[in-house]
Amino acid sequence: MTAIFKRELKSYFHTMLGPIFIAAILVFVGIYFTAYNMVQGYPYFSVTLSGVSIILLLVVPVITMRSFAEEKRSKTDQMLLTSPLPVTHIVLGKYFSMTAVLGIAMLITCICPVIMHFYGGAALLADYVTILAFFLLGSAYIAIGMFVSSLTESQVLAAVGTFCILLVLQLIDGVASLLPGSALASYVCLFACIIFIAFLLYAMIKNMFISGIFGLICIIALTIIFFVKKTLLEGFFPDMIASLSLISRFDTIINQALDLSALIYYVSICAVFVFLTVQTIQKRRWS
Amino acid sequence: MIEVKNLTKKYGNNIAVDNLSFTIDKGKIYGFLGPNGAGKSTTMNMITGYIAATEGEVAINGFDIIRESKKAKACIGYLPEIPPLYQDMTVNEYLNFAAELKGIKKAERSKSVAEAEETMRISDVSGRLIKNLSKGYKQRVGLAQAIIGLPEILILDEPTAGLDPKQIIEIRDLIKELGEKHTIIMSSHILSEVSAVCDHIMIISKGRLAASDTAENLTKMMQPEVRLDITVRTDTKTAEEILAQVENVSEYSVVESQEQGASDAEVKYKPEFDLRDEIFRAFTEKGCSIIKMNMAEVSLEDVFLELTEGDAALYGSEGEYMQPETAEEFDEDYKKSDREKVSVESETSEQFKDGFADESDAGSETVSGTDEETYKEEDDDGNI
Repeated sequence: MTAIFKRELKSYFHTMLGPIFIAAILVFVGIYFTAYNMVQGYPYFSVTLSGVSIILLLVVPVITMRSFAEEKRSKTDQMLLTSPLPVTHIVLGKYFSMTAVLGIAMLITCICPVIMHFYGGAALLADYVTILAFFLLGSAYIAIGMFVSSLTESQVLAAVGTFCILLVLQLIDGVASLLPGSALASYVCLFACIIFIAFLLYAMIKNMFISGIFGLICIIALTIIFFVKKTLLEGFFPDMIASLSLISRFDTIINQALDLSALIYYVSICAVFVFLTVQTIQKRRWS
Repeated sequence: MIEVKNLTKKYGNNIAVDNLSFTIDKGKIYGFLGPNGAGKSTTMNMITGYIAATEGEVAINGFDIIRESKKAKACIGYLPEIPPLYQDMTVNEYLNFAAELKGIKKAERSKSVAEAEETMRISDVSGRLIKNLSKGYKQRVGLAQAIIGLPEILILDEPTAGLDPKQIIEIRDLIKELGEKHTIIMSSHILSEVSAVCDHIMIISKGRLAASDTAENLTKMMQPEVRLDITVRTDTKTAEEILAQVENVSEYSVVESQEQGASDAEVKYKPEFDLRDEIFRAFTEKGCSIIKMNMAEVSLEDVFLELTEGDAALYGSEGEYMQPETAEEFDEDYKKSDREKVSVESETSEQFKDGFADESDAGSETVSGTDEETYKEEDDDGNI
């Protein structure tokens, strides 16, 4: 794992992708920091990071696009996959190298609260927790980007795909508030979701029986809930969609509420997408 | 060493490898031979665990490649068809990375890297970026990556593809050298290469094992016919008429010779008859003088063509193969192609033809320095 981690990290700094990524984040941190904390004298650093979070959408695809797409295109994945290293280690090595690049940017950002401290009382602990939350948010984005990159051979496709997914995640809060909240609407939407998932399952395992049974059981369960306990479905679908939003959890932290569940949510998003990446690569060998 | 049992790989309805079974013994060089698309690379990818088999299993030193992949993969050094090189690294960095991937301890790493560089003769480029290296050097770096840490088994997928003749000979010599310490499986679609380097040949056709034996036995197995190449000073029609009258000739063909007013005839007959005298007499009786006569056994090439018949055409359709890769092959190609078409190169080709007729037909591989140079003059793309 360390071999891949070191190689990847070096490669990010050989190819200028790493410095560009770090510079982009730091430039915007600097701009927002000056505007909010220096000029306007706002005492919390969180508002700065909230502004920078939109920049992550643009820069994360830049470092994640290469990770697996390029390996696959240039066939260097043959070397990795025929080495004694387990696939999980390969994926983690790559993942940690990308988060390390983000980590470097975050470490430099850590100077800002200190500067504020010199100008009079900064809530240092709260600020550093926000920076940690921001780092985890970025790591979750990177995990998503890496997963997209493992699906394709084209870097461009990986970058565009990642950007679109992150953008949807960013806007999902607003979308959720537009959705109808009635029990019937939730029922219909969930019904559609189940059918979609069943088809996805079929596409993945090519087994009509299992995917059919899965879909049927879910639909029956949903229908029972709909008729027996209608209130449960009220507003369920919009809530479900809204809960996918990564950024809304960051906002709670910005409001000076140390929300542990947000941090755990980010870490679990990272874990899920690292897992999915491993599965994608394993699956590629079997197809 | 390696046991392959009922290996099958399907891509949708397309069967790439069909129920392949064989055993690889220690200390030999094995050659996978087959036309492009025969399933050589797929088989190698399955043996090395890059892709999983649809059915069947591969055991390396008794370890299953899927279930005990870590132990199994540690025994293998693999050079894929396209060397897996990171273009933005220097040779040294890259080999260090490869060594680390294979789990070589830090203290021994620089030593094994230096060893691999020495064996592959790339020490002088160790500080250069891989993207700036020529194709031949890249191939060697790829090989160095495979042999690093001295794995027991080396699997080399077309190790000489795309190299110039001088490099091909160098890489072949390197493989022979490596064969003293390692068990090697190499693939190729070039017959002379496999017969020159390998102890044991496996001919793969349409994903199946068509034959598996030593080069000698394979030739014997096919009960070779004797082939006689004759150049006679007469027109093709007369030559054909004369040959038609000779008894026991199983096959003959006549084409116009490069030489003015002469014809080239290729006559095949069963080894139990020696028709040389009869043919000579037949021609002299009609007043035609034979200006050249050369006897050759039917080569391994024909065995190969027969076994892989119906596969992708070996000659003609694949540009890659058409490139003369060694002097002998050039000679072979020349013989098979329409002689009219290569008239421009006739002078030098003719030299080869004369010089190599015997060796090349027996499938042997000796290229002397001068001929190699002559060849290079003729087809020098300056790509070393």
